Amino acid sequence: MAYLRALGSYVPARVVDNAELGPMVGADPAWLLHATGIEQRHFAGPGETVATMGIAAAKDCLAAAGIPASEIGMAIVASGSAEQRFPGPASVIAAAAGISLKPAIDLPMASAGSLFAIALAAQMTRVYGNVLVVASEIMSRVVRMNPAGRDTAVLFGDGAGACLVSQETGFAEIVDAVLASDGDFAETLRLDFDAPLYMDGRSIILQASRKLPRVIAEVLERNQVKPADVGTFLMHQANLNLITRVAQTLGVPDDRFFRNIARYGNTSSASLLIAATEWWREVEKPLRDPIVLAAFGAGLNWGAVLAKPVATLPQA
Amino acid sequence: MDTQTRIIEIVKQVAGKPIDPAPEESLFESGVLDSFTLADLVSALEKEFSVTIPDSDLTPRKFDSVARIEAYLQSRS
Repeated sequence: MAYLRALGSYVPARVVDNAELGPMVGADPAWLLHATGIEQRHFAGPGETVATMGIAAAKDCLAAAGIPASEIGMAIVASGSAEQRFPGPASVIAAAAGISLKPAIDLPMASAGSLFAIALAAQMTRVYGNVLVVASEIMSRVVRMNPAGRDTAVLFGDGAGACLVSQETGFAEIVDAVLASDGDFAETLRLDFDAPLYMDGRSIILQASRKLPRVIAEVLERNQVKPADVGTFLMHQANLNLITRVAQTLGVPDDRFFRNIARYGNTSSASLLIAATEWWREVEKPLRDPIVLAAFGAGLNWGAVLAKPVATLPQA
Repeated sequence: MDTQTRIIEIVKQVAGKPIDPAPEESLFESGVLDSFTLADLVSALEKEFSVTIPDSDLTPRKFDSVARIEAYLQSRS
Protein backbone atom coordinates (compact mmCIF):
# COMPACT_ATOMS: atom_id res chain seq x y z
CA MET A 1 0.00 0.00 0.00
CA ALA A 2 1.04 3.60 -0.48
CA TYR A 3 0.01 6.71 1.36
CA LEU A 4 0.10 10.44 0.88
CA ARG A 5 2.06 11.41 3.96
CA ALA A 6 3.04 15.07 3.75
CA LEU A 7 3.18 18.01 1.36
CA GLY A 8 5.29 21.11 0.98
CA SER A 9 5.75 24.04 -1.37
CA TYR A 10 7.83 27.03 -2.25
CA VAL A 11 7.03 30.12 -4.27
CA PRO A 12 9.48 32.90 -5.09
CA ALA A 13 9.23 36.10 -3.07
CA ARG A 14 8.56 38.35 -6.03
CA VAL A 15 4.84 38.87 -6.61
CA VAL A 16 3.77 40.19 -10.01
CA ASP A 17 0.24 41.52 -10.05
CA ASN A 18 -1.81 42.41 -13.09
CA ALA A 19 -0.94 46.10 -12.76
CA GLU A 20 2.73 45.21 -13.28
CA LEU A 21 2.24 42.48 -15.87
CA GLY A 22 -0.33 44.31 -17.98
CA PRO A 23 2.04 46.92 -19.48
CA MET A 24 4.71 44.26 -20.08
CA VAL A 25 2.41 42.26 -22.35
CA GLY A 26 0.31 45.15 -23.68
CA ALA A 27 -2.86 44.20 -21.81
CA ASP A 28 -5.26 46.07 -19.59
CA PRO A 29 -4.96 44.75 -16.00
CA ALA A 30 -8.75 44.55 -15.65
CA TRP A 31 -8.94 42.47 -18.83
CA LEU A 32 -6.21 40.20 -17.48
CA LEU A 33 -8.25 39.42 -14.40
CA HIS A 34 -11.46 38.96 -16.37
CA ALA A 35 -9.86 36.72 -19.00
CA THR A 36 -7.79 34.53 -16.70
CA GLY A 37 -9.14 34.78 -13.17
CA ILE A 38 -5.53 35.34 -12.10
CA GLU A 39 -4.85 38.25 -9.74
CA GLN A 40 -1.13 37.71 -9.28
CA ARG A 41 1.68 35.24 -9.83
CA HIS A 42 5.19 34.74 -8.45
CA PHE A 43 8.31 35.12 -10.59
CA ALA A 44 11.65 33.53 -9.75
CA GLY A 45 14.45 35.90 -8.84
CA PRO A 46 17.76 36.16 -10.74
CA GLY A 47 19.54 33.65 -8.51
CA GLU A 48 16.77 31.09 -8.48
CA THR A 49 16.61 27.97 -10.60
CA VAL A 50 14.24 25.05 -11.01
CA ALA A 51 16.58 23.12 -8.72
CA THR A 52 16.84 25.74 -5.96
CA MET A 53 13.07 26.10 -5.83
CA GLY A 54 12.62 22.33 -5.86
CA ILE A 55 15.08 21.99 -2.98
CA ALA A 56 13.10 24.51 -0.94
CA ALA A 57 9.84 22.63 -1.58
CA ALA A 58 11.48 19.29 -0.78
CA LYS A 59 12.80 20.60 2.54
CA ASP A 60 9.40 22.10 3.36
CA CYS A 61 7.78 18.73 2.73
CA LEU A 62 10.32 16.80 4.79
CA ALA A 63 9.91 19.25 7.66
CA ALA A 64 6.14 18.80 7.50
CA ALA A 65 6.57 15.03 7.50
CA GLY A 66 8.94 15.20 10.43
CA ILE A 67 11.33 12.63 9.03
CA PRO A 68 15.00 12.97 8.11
CA ALA A 69 16.06 12.87 4.48
CA SER A 70 17.98 9.70 5.21
CA GLU A 71 14.65 7.87 5.35
CA ILE A 72 13.81 8.74 1.73
CA GLY A 73 14.50 5.90 -0.69
CA MET A 74 13.86 7.63 -3.98
CA ALA A 75 13.15 11.07 -5.45
CA ILE A 76 11.05 11.75 -8.54
CA VAL A 77 11.23 15.28 -9.90
CA ALA A 78 8.80 16.67 -12.46
CA SER A 79 9.72 19.74 -14.47
CA GLY A 80 9.09 20.91 -18.00
CA SER A 81 11.13 24.08 -17.65
CA ALA A 82 14.51 22.85 -16.41
CA GLU A 83 17.45 24.96 -17.52
CA GLN A 84 19.52 22.25 -19.18
CA ARG A 85 19.04 19.07 -21.23
CA PHE A 86 20.89 16.89 -18.75
CA PRO A 87 21.27 16.18 -16.01
CA GLY A 88 17.76 17.11 -15.03
CA PRO A 89 17.17 18.74 -11.67
CA ALA A 90 16.33 15.50 -9.84
CA SER A 91 19.84 14.54 -8.78
CA VAL A 92 20.73 18.05 -7.67
CA ILE A 93 17.50 18.46 -5.71
CA ALA A 94 17.90 15.08 -4.06
CA ALA A 95 21.50 15.74 -3.05
CA ALA A 96 20.80 19.18 -1.66
CA ALA A 97 17.79 17.91 0.24
CA GLY A 98 19.98 15.29 1.89
CA ILE A 99 18.77 12.33 -0.14
CA SER A 100 22.17 10.99 -1.05
CA LEU A 101 23.09 7.96 -3.12
CA LYS A 102 19.46 7.08 -3.81
CA PRO A 103 17.84 7.00 -7.24
CA ALA A 104 16.59 10.39 -8.41
CA ILE A 105 14.44 10.33 -11.52
CA ASP A 106 13.42 13.21 -13.78
CA LEU A 107 10.00 13.43 -15.39
CA PRO A 108 10.20 16.21 -18.00
CA MET A 109 6.47 16.16 -18.59
CA ALA A 110 5.22 19.66 -17.68
CA SER A 111 1.73 20.03 -16.27
CA ALA A 112 0.78 16.40 -15.64
CA GLY A 113 4.23 15.52 -14.31
CA SER A 114 3.50 15.71 -10.60
CA LEU A 115 0.38 13.58 -10.95
CA PHE A 116 2.25 10.94 -12.93
CA ALA A 117 5.06 11.10 -10.36
CA ILE A 118 2.66 10.43 -7.49
CA ALA A 119 1.15 7.47 -9.35
CA LEU A 120 4.64 6.09 -10.06
CA ALA A 121 5.75 6.73 -6.48
CA ALA A 122 2.78 4.72 -5.21
CA GLN A 123 4.19 1.72 -7.09
CA MET A 124 7.81 2.42 -6.17
CA THR A 125 7.20 2.48 -2.43
CA ARG A 126 7.17 -1.32 -2.44
CA VAL A 127 10.85 -1.32 -3.33
CA TYR A 128 12.13 2.05 -2.16
CA GLY A 129 10.03 2.84 0.88
CA ASN A 130 9.46 6.58 1.18
CA VAL A 131 9.44 8.32 -2.19
CA LEU A 132 9.69 12.09 -2.40
CA VAL A 133 7.90 13.68 -5.34
CA VAL A 134 8.98 17.18 -6.31
CA ALA A 135 7.71 19.47 -9.06
CA SER A 136 9.40 22.75 -9.87
CA GLU A 137 8.81 25.18 -12.72
CA ILE A 138 10.05 28.58 -13.85
CA MET A 139 7.48 29.34 -16.51
CA SER A 140 8.21 33.08 -16.57
CA ARG A 141 11.44 32.32 -18.47
CA VAL A 142 9.87 30.18 -21.19
CA VAL A 143 7.15 32.60 -22.33
CA ARG A 144 7.54 35.79 -24.30
CA MET A 145 7.06 38.56 -21.80
CA ASN A 146 5.91 41.06 -24.41
CA PRO A 147 2.74 41.81 -26.41
CA ALA A 148 3.53 39.08 -28.96
CA GLY A 149 3.45 36.50 -26.20
CA ARG A 150 0.51 37.94 -24.32
CA ASP A 151 -1.86 34.99 -24.65
CA THR A 152 0.50 32.62 -22.87
CA ALA A 153 2.52 35.03 -20.71
CA VAL A 154 -0.55 36.07 -18.76
CA LEU A 155 -1.33 32.52 -17.69
CA PHE A 156 1.82 31.31 -16.00
CA GLY A 157 3.76 31.70 -12.80
CA ASP A 158 6.71 30.08 -11.02
CA GLY A 159 6.75 27.76 -8.04
CA ALA A 160 7.51 24.35 -6.63
CA GLY A 161 5.73 21.69 -4.65
CA ALA A 162 6.56 18.38 -3.02
CA CYS A 163 4.72 15.32 -1.77
CA LEU A 164 5.98 12.48 0.36
CA VAL A 165 4.53 9.12 -0.66
CA SER A 166 5.09 6.51 2.01
CA GLN A 167 4.60 2.79 2.32
CA GLU A 168 4.03 3.07 6.08
CA THR A 169 1.60 5.76 6.98
CA GLY A 170 -0.10 8.91 5.82
CA PHE A 171 -3.28 10.93 5.81
CA ALA A 172 -4.75 9.16 2.78
CA GLU A 173 -4.18 5.85 1.05
CA ILE A 174 -3.54 5.97 -2.68
CA VAL A 175 -6.00 3.35 -3.88
CA ASP A 176 -5.93 3.76 -7.65
CA ALA A 177 -4.65 5.81 -10.55
CA VAL A 178 -5.67 6.15 -14.17
CA LEU A 179 -3.03 7.65 -16.47
CA ALA A 180 -3.12 8.20 -20.22
CA SER A 181 -1.09 9.76 -23.02
CA ASP A 182 -1.92 10.75 -26.59
CA GLY A 183 0.98 11.76 -28.79
CA ASP A 184 -1.29 12.66 -31.69
CA PHE A 185 -1.70 16.08 -30.09
CA ALA A 186 1.92 16.54 -29.02
CA GLU A 187 2.29 19.59 -31.26
CA THR A 188 -0.50 21.52 -29.58
CA LEU A 189 1.49 22.34 -26.44
CA ARG A 190 5.24 22.23 -26.52
CA LEU A 191 8.49 23.89 -25.52
CA ASP A 192 11.06 23.49 -28.26
CA PHE A 193 14.75 24.17 -27.72
CA ASP A 194 15.58 27.85 -28.07
CA ALA A 195 11.96 28.84 -28.62
CA PRO A 196 9.21 30.15 -26.36
CA LEU A 197 6.38 27.99 -25.16
CA TYR A 198 3.78 27.28 -27.85
CA MET A 199 0.18 26.53 -26.94
CA ASP A 200 -2.82 26.00 -29.18
CA GLY A 201 -5.20 27.05 -26.46
CA ARG A 202 -8.39 26.03 -28.23
CA SER A 203 -7.19 22.49 -28.82
CA ILE A 204 -5.88 22.15 -25.30
CA ILE A 205 -9.09 23.38 -23.70
CA LEU A 206 -11.19 21.21 -26.00
CA GLN A 207 -9.18 18.10 -25.21
CA ALA A 208 -8.94 18.83 -21.50
CA SER A 209 -12.67 19.56 -21.24
CA ARG A 210 -13.40 16.06 -22.45
CA LYS A 211 -10.55 14.03 -21.03
CA LEU A 212 -10.40 15.32 -17.47
CA PRO A 213 -14.00 14.59 -16.43
CA ARG A 214 -13.79 11.25 -18.19
CA VAL A 215 -10.61 10.12 -16.43
CA ILE A 216 -11.88 11.27 -13.04
CA ALA A 217 -15.15 9.40 -13.63
CA GLU A 218 -13.20 6.29 -14.63
CA VAL A 219 -11.06 6.15 -11.50
CA LEU A 220 -14.15 6.76 -9.34
CA GLU A 221 -16.36 4.22 -11.09
CA ARG A 222 -13.90 1.39 -10.89
CA ASN A 223 -13.59 1.99 -7.15
CA GLN A 224 -17.33 2.39 -6.57
CA VAL A 225 -17.02 5.99 -5.44
CA LYS A 226 -19.57 8.57 -6.58
CA PRO A 227 -18.39 12.06 -7.49
CA ALA A 228 -20.67 13.46 -4.80
CA ASP A 229 -18.83 11.37 -2.18
CA VAL A 230 -15.49 13.00 -2.93
CA GLY A 231 -14.58 15.60 -0.35
CA THR A 232 -12.06 17.54 -2.39
CA PHE A 233 -10.86 17.51 -5.97
CA LEU A 234 -7.29 18.74 -6.30
CA MET A 235 -6.60 19.67 -9.91
CA HIS A 236 -3.74 21.12 -11.85
CA GLN A 237 -4.46 24.84 -11.69
CA ALA A 238 -4.49 25.52 -15.40
CA ASN A 239 -7.58 27.59 -15.88
CA LEU A 240 -10.43 28.65 -13.61
CA ASN A 241 -13.07 28.10 -16.29
CA LEU A 242 -11.74 24.61 -16.98
CA ILE A 243 -11.97 23.66 -13.31
CA THR A 244 -15.56 24.93 -13.18
CA ARG A 245 -16.41 23.02 -16.33
CA VAL A 246 -14.99 19.77 -14.98
CA ALA A 247 -17.07 20.21 -11.83
CA GLN A 248 -20.21 20.80 -13.88
CA THR A 249 -19.60 17.77 -16.06
CA LEU A 250 -19.15 15.58 -13.00
CA GLY A 251 -22.25 17.09 -11.40
CA VAL A 252 -20.58 18.30 -8.22
CA PRO A 253 -20.49 21.81 -6.72
CA ASP A 254 -17.44 23.64 -7.95
CA ASP A 255 -16.47 24.54 -4.40
CA ARG A 256 -15.40 20.92 -4.01
CA PHE A 257 -12.55 21.82 -6.36
CA PHE A 258 -9.74 23.53 -4.48
CA ARG A 259 -8.64 26.61 -6.36
CA ASN A 260 -5.69 28.93 -5.81
CA ILE A 261 -4.90 29.88 -9.41
CA ALA A 262 -5.85 33.49 -8.63
CA ARG A 263 -2.75 33.84 -6.46
CA TYR A 264 -0.21 31.79 -8.41
CA GLY A 265 -1.32 31.47 -12.02
CA ASN A 266 -0.54 28.25 -13.81
CA THR A 267 2.71 26.88 -12.41
CA SER A 268 2.59 23.79 -14.64
CA SER A 269 3.55 20.60 -12.80
CA ALA A 270 4.05 22.48 -9.53
CA SER A 271 0.48 23.76 -9.41
CA LEU A 272 -1.10 20.48 -8.29
CA LEU A 273 1.31 20.18 -5.38
CA ILE A 274 1.14 23.85 -4.38
CA ALA A 275 -2.66 23.55 -4.32
CA ALA A 276 -2.52 20.25 -2.46
CA THR A 277 -0.15 21.72 0.12
CA GLU A 278 -2.44 24.66 0.84
CA TRP A 279 -5.45 22.38 1.05
CA TRP A 280 -3.65 19.90 3.33
CA ARG A 281 -2.58 22.61 5.74
CA GLU A 282 -6.13 23.93 6.00
CA VAL A 283 -8.21 20.75 5.97
CA GLU A 284 -9.65 19.30 9.13
CA LYS A 285 -7.77 16.19 10.18
CA PRO A 286 -8.21 13.28 10.20
CA LEU A 287 -9.49 13.31 6.67
CA ARG A 288 -13.06 12.08 6.37
CA ASP A 289 -13.75 11.84 2.65
CA PRO A 290 -11.93 10.55 -0.43
CA ILE A 291 -9.90 12.97 -2.47
CA VAL A 292 -9.11 13.01 -6.18
CA LEU A 293 -6.00 14.48 -7.76
CA ALA A 294 -6.17 15.19 -11.47
CA ALA A 295 -4.04 16.85 -14.12
CA PHE A 296 -3.82 17.40 -17.86
CA GLY A 297 -0.95 18.76 -19.87
CA ALA A 298 1.51 18.62 -22.72
CA GLY A 299 2.05 15.25 -24.31
CA LEU A 300 -0.84 15.05 -24.15
CA ASN A 301 -0.68 13.43 -20.73
CA TRP A 302 -3.51 13.28 -18.26
CA GLY A 303 -4.81 11.26 -15.37
CA ALA A 304 -6.47 11.02 -11.99
CA VAL A 305 -5.48 9.53 -8.65
CA LEU A 306 -7.95 8.44 -5.98
CA ALA A 307 -6.94 8.49 -2.31
CA LYS A 308 -9.08 7.54 0.65
CA PRO A 309 -8.87 8.53 4.31
CA VAL A 310 -6.86 6.31 6.61
CA ALA A 311 -8.74 6.35 9.88
CA THR A 312 -6.99 3.43 11.50
CA LEU A 313 -3.40 4.51 10.88
CA PRO A 314 -1.46 7.19 12.73
CA GLN A 315 -1.99 10.48 10.96
CA ALA A 316 1.20 11.88 9.55
CA MET B 1 -34.91 21.38 -41.25
CA ASP B 2 -31.70 20.98 -43.26
CA THR B 3 -28.35 20.18 -41.69
CA GLN B 4 -26.96 23.72 -41.85
CA THR B 5 -30.05 25.12 -40.16
CA ARG B 6 -29.80 22.54 -37.40
CA ILE B 7 -26.13 23.37 -36.92
CA ILE B 8 -26.86 27.09 -36.71
CA GLU B 9 -29.54 26.45 -34.09
CA ILE B 10 -27.03 24.53 -32.00
CA VAL B 11 -24.40 27.23 -32.41
CA LYS B 12 -26.96 29.80 -31.26
CA GLN B 13 -27.74 27.73 -28.18
CA VAL B 14 -24.16 27.25 -27.09
CA ALA B 15 -23.13 30.81 -27.93
CA GLY B 16 -26.09 32.13 -25.99
CA LYS B 17 -26.74 34.96 -28.40
CA PRO B 18 -28.72 35.62 -31.57
CA ILE B 19 -26.45 35.08 -34.53
CA ASP B 20 -26.76 34.31 -38.20
CA PRO B 21 -23.34 33.18 -39.38
CA ALA B 22 -22.59 32.71 -43.05
CA PRO B 23 -21.65 29.09 -43.87
CA GLU B 24 -17.95 29.87 -44.36
CA GLU B 25 -17.67 32.45 -41.58
CA SER B 26 -15.14 31.60 -38.87
CA LEU B 27 -17.05 31.09 -35.66
CA PHE B 28 -13.91 31.90 -33.67
CA GLU B 29 -12.74 34.97 -35.54
CA SER B 30 -16.24 36.44 -35.40
CA GLY B 31 -16.35 35.90 -31.64
CA VAL B 32 -19.30 33.49 -31.76
CA LEU B 33 -17.33 30.67 -30.15
CA ASP B 34 -14.43 30.51 -27.72
CA SER B 35 -12.41 27.64 -26.32
CA PHE B 36 -15.06 26.63 -23.83
CA THR B 37 -18.18 27.04 -25.95
CA LEU B 38 -16.43 24.92 -28.58
CA ALA B 39 -16.48 22.02 -26.12
CA ASP B 40 -20.19 22.65 -25.55
CA LEU B 41 -20.75 22.75 -29.31
CA VAL B 42 -19.12 19.36 -29.81
CA SER B 43 -21.27 17.80 -27.08
CA ALA B 44 -24.43 19.37 -28.52
CA LEU B 45 -23.60 18.13 -32.02
CA GLU B 46 -23.14 14.59 -30.70
CA LYS B 47 -26.56 14.73 -29.11
CA GLU B 48 -28.41 16.39 -32.00
CA PHE B 49 -26.93 14.21 -34.72
CA SER B 50 -26.58 11.01 -32.67
CA VAL B 51 -22.90 10.68 -33.41
CA THR B 52 -19.90 10.01 -31.23
CA ILE B 53 -17.08 12.39 -32.02
CA PRO B 54 -13.80 10.77 -31.03
CA ASP B 55 -11.14 12.80 -29.26
CA SER B 56 -8.86 12.25 -32.25
CA ASP B 57 -11.23 14.42 -34.31
CA LEU B 58 -11.30 17.22 -31.77
CA THR B 59 -9.41 19.89 -33.62
CA PRO B 60 -10.87 23.41 -33.65
CA ARG B 61 -10.40 23.66 -37.42
CA LYS B 62 -13.02 20.98 -38.01
CA PHE B 63 -15.60 23.07 -36.17
CA ASP B 64 -14.55 26.54 -37.25
CA SER B 65 -17.55 27.25 -39.50
CA VAL B 66 -21.01 25.94 -40.21
CA ALA B 67 -19.80 24.57 -43.56
CA ARG B 68 -16.90 22.72 -41.93
CA ILE B 69 -19.14 21.28 -39.24
CA GLU B 70 -21.55 20.09 -41.93
CA ALA B 71 -18.70 18.52 -43.91
CA TYR B 72 -17.41 16.78 -40.82
CA LEU B 73 -20.83 15.42 -39.91
CA GLN B 74 -21.31 14.16 -43.46
CA SER B 75 -17.96 12.38 -43.23
CA ARG B 76 -19.17 10.65 -40.09
CA SER B 77 -22.46 9.47 -41.55
